[in-house]
Amino acid sequence: MGSGHAHKLYRHAHSPVHELPPHTKLAAVLGFVVVVVSTPREAVWAFALYALLLGAVAARARVPAGFLLKRLLIEVPFVAFALLMPFVVPGEQTTFLGVSLSVPGLWGAWNVLAKGTLGVAASVLLASTTELRALLLGLQRLRLPPLLVQIASFMIRYGDVITDEMRRMSVARRSRGFEARGVRHWGVLAKSAGALFIRSYERGERVHLAMVSRGYTGTMPVIDEVTATRAQWTYAAALPLTALLICLLGWTL
Amino acid sequence: MRSCNSFARRLIIRDVHVPDGFINAPVSAVAGVVAAGAVAVSLRGARRELDERTAPLAGLVAAFIFAVQMLNFPVAAGTSGHLLGGALAAILVGPWTGVLCIAVVLLMQGILFADGGLTALGVNITVMGVVTVVVAYALFRGLVLVLPRTRRSVTVASFAAALVSVPAAAAAFTLVYAIGGTTDVPLSKVLTAMVGVHVLIGIGEAVITMLTVGAVVAVRPDLVYGARGLTAPLKLRVDGELVDAAEPAPVAAGSPKKLWIGGVVTALVLAGFVSFYASASPDGLEKVAADKGIDAKVEEHAAAGSPLADYGVKDVDNARLSGGLAGAIGVGATLAVGTGAFWVVRRRRTSQETAAV
Repeated sequence: MGSGHAHKLYRHAHSPVHELPPHTKLAAVLGFVVVVVSTPREAVWAFALYALLLGAVAARARVPAGFLLKRLLIEVPFVAFALLMPFVVPGEQTTFLGVSLSVPGLWGAWNVLAKGTLGVAASVLLASTTELRALLLGLQRLRLPPLLVQIASFMIRYGDVITDEMRRMSVARRSRGFEARGVRHWGVLAKSAGALFIRSYERGERVHLAMVSRGYTGTMPVIDEVTATRAQWTYAAALPLTALLICLLGWTL
Repeated sequence: MRSCNSFARRLIIRDVHVPDGFINAPVSAVAGVVAAGAVAVSLRGARRELDERTAPLAGLVAAFIFAVQMLNFPVAAGTSGHLLGGALAAILVGPWTGVLCIAVVLLMQGILFADGGLTALGVNITVMGVVTVVVAYALFRGLVLVLPRTRRSVTVASFAAALVSVPAAAAAFTLVYAIGGTTDVPLSKVLTAMVGVHVLIGIGEAVITMLTVGAVVAVRPDLVYGARGLTAPLKLRVDGELVDAAEPAPVAAGSPKKLWIGGVVTALVLAGFVSFYASASPDGLEKVAADKGIDAKVEEHAAAGSPLADYGVKDVDNARLSGGLAGAIGVGATLAVGTGAFWVVRRRRTSQETAAV
C-alpha cells in the first residue's frame, strides 16, 4: 500500500497511449463507454469489434493481456448476479443442456455482461496508462469544479496514509491477542473506526494549518497546465469515433 | 490485489456499484445531471460549513470513508460485511460535506478501480451518495430534535438513521431501474430482493454506525456534526457562582426559505412527473390478488369514495394526468400537515421559554 508515489494500478511504460494528454484520454474513454451503452444488444458482432478495438489500444499501450484480465476480476460479484437472470426473468423459454432458460433473461444477461465488461476494460486501460496526478489534472481541465478536484487529490494523496494508519491499528490489536471472529467483536472494530476518524480529521486540520502557513487562501495555483494539440485530440478520438461508426452500423443492420 | 485474496478466502458481503449498460443511456444522463446538481449544491454548502478548510478536511474525510470501507466486520464463520459509510459521513461531518465525500469516493472508485461504470456514475452518486445521506441526515436530525438532549439519543438516532438509509437507497435504485432498466426482471422481484437484502445489510450498517458514532462522541464530541447541539453553554465561576460566559456571536444561518421552496418544487415535480410516467400496471400484490381471484371478496375500502382514492383524481379521465395531479395534491397535503405540526411545536416551545423567563 505505501508504495512510493505511483499507484499500483498504473503501469509505467513509454507508449503513444501513455504520452497522450490525460484529458483527451478521459474524454475518449467516456465517449467510448457512452457509445457502447447505446449499442443495441442484438448486434452481437458489434461488441466483438469493440473488444477488438480495446485489444488494439492495449497492444499499443503495451499492457499485457494477463494484467488486464486480472483487473477485470473486480466485476465478479456482478457476474454472479447476471448469471441469475436467465432463471428469474419470465417469458419465452428455451432448453439448453436440459435446463430451461428464459430468452429475454439470456438477452438481459448478455447485455449487462458485454457492456459492463467493456466499460471495466476501458477504465482499467485508462488507469493503467495514466498517472494519478495527470488524471486529476485532466479532470480539472475537463471543467470539473477546482474544489472537487482538490478534495479528490487530498483523498488520493492521503488515502495510503489513512489506510496505513488503519493497518497499524490492526497490527496493534492483533499483537495484543485480539482476533475478530464475529458480531461480539464489532465494538472493538467500531472503536478503531472512530479513532481512525478522529485521527483523519485532526490530520486534516494540521494539513490545513500547514497550507495556511504557506499562503493557502482556498484555491490552488495551477503550475503544470496540460494542453493538447489538434493531432493529439485526433489520435485520442480514434477510439470513440471508430466505436461510433460500429454503433451506427449496429443500429442500421 | 489484497481484495482479490480476501475475496478468495471468504465471502465478503459488499455493495455492488451499478456497472455500465444496466441502466439505459437517457436515464443515466438524467441521473448524471441530478448528481452534478447535488454535488454543486453540496460544494456551496460545504464551503459554508468549512470555508477554506473545505479541501483538506473533506479530502481527509473522503480518505477515511475509503479506508473504512476496507475494514471487514466478521458476521459469522467465513462471512463478513463492511461499512458503506453514507449515514456515518452525514452524522460525523454534516450532510453537505457527507455528500461531497461519498461522491468523490465513488468518482475515484469509478475512474481508478473501474468499480462502477463511468456512464453509471450519476446513478451511483445519486443512489448511494445523495439518497443515503439525505435520508439518514433528515431522520437523524428529526430524532435528535424529538429525543432528550443526551449523548445516548445521538447514538440511538444514528442507529435509526443508518438502518433506514440503506433500504432507502435500495428503493431509490429500484425506482431508477423501473424507469430505465435494460433487463426484464419483474419489478416486484427486484424490489423484494433489493429491499430484502438491504434491510439485512442495513442492520449491520446501523450497529456499526452507532458504535462508531458512540466511540467518537465519547472522545471528541465537538467533532461530531450531528451532536453540536449537546454542548452546554460555557460557564464561569465568579465568586463561587456560575455565570454565563460571553456568548459567541451566532453564525448567520442560510435562509431556510430558499431550501423550503426548493424542496417543495422538487417534491411537486417528482410527484407530478414521475407518477405521470410510472407504469400503470398493477403492482405485485394487486396482480397476485387479481390472478388468484382474491379481490372478488375484497370489500370496498372505506376511503374509496374519497376524491383521491386509488391515487387518481375523480372526474379526471386521463389516467396519467390524474395520477400526476394526485401526486401533487398529496405532496401539498403532506406539506401542509408537516408545516402545521412544526409551527405548533415551535409556538409551544417559544411560549415555554417566555414562561420560564
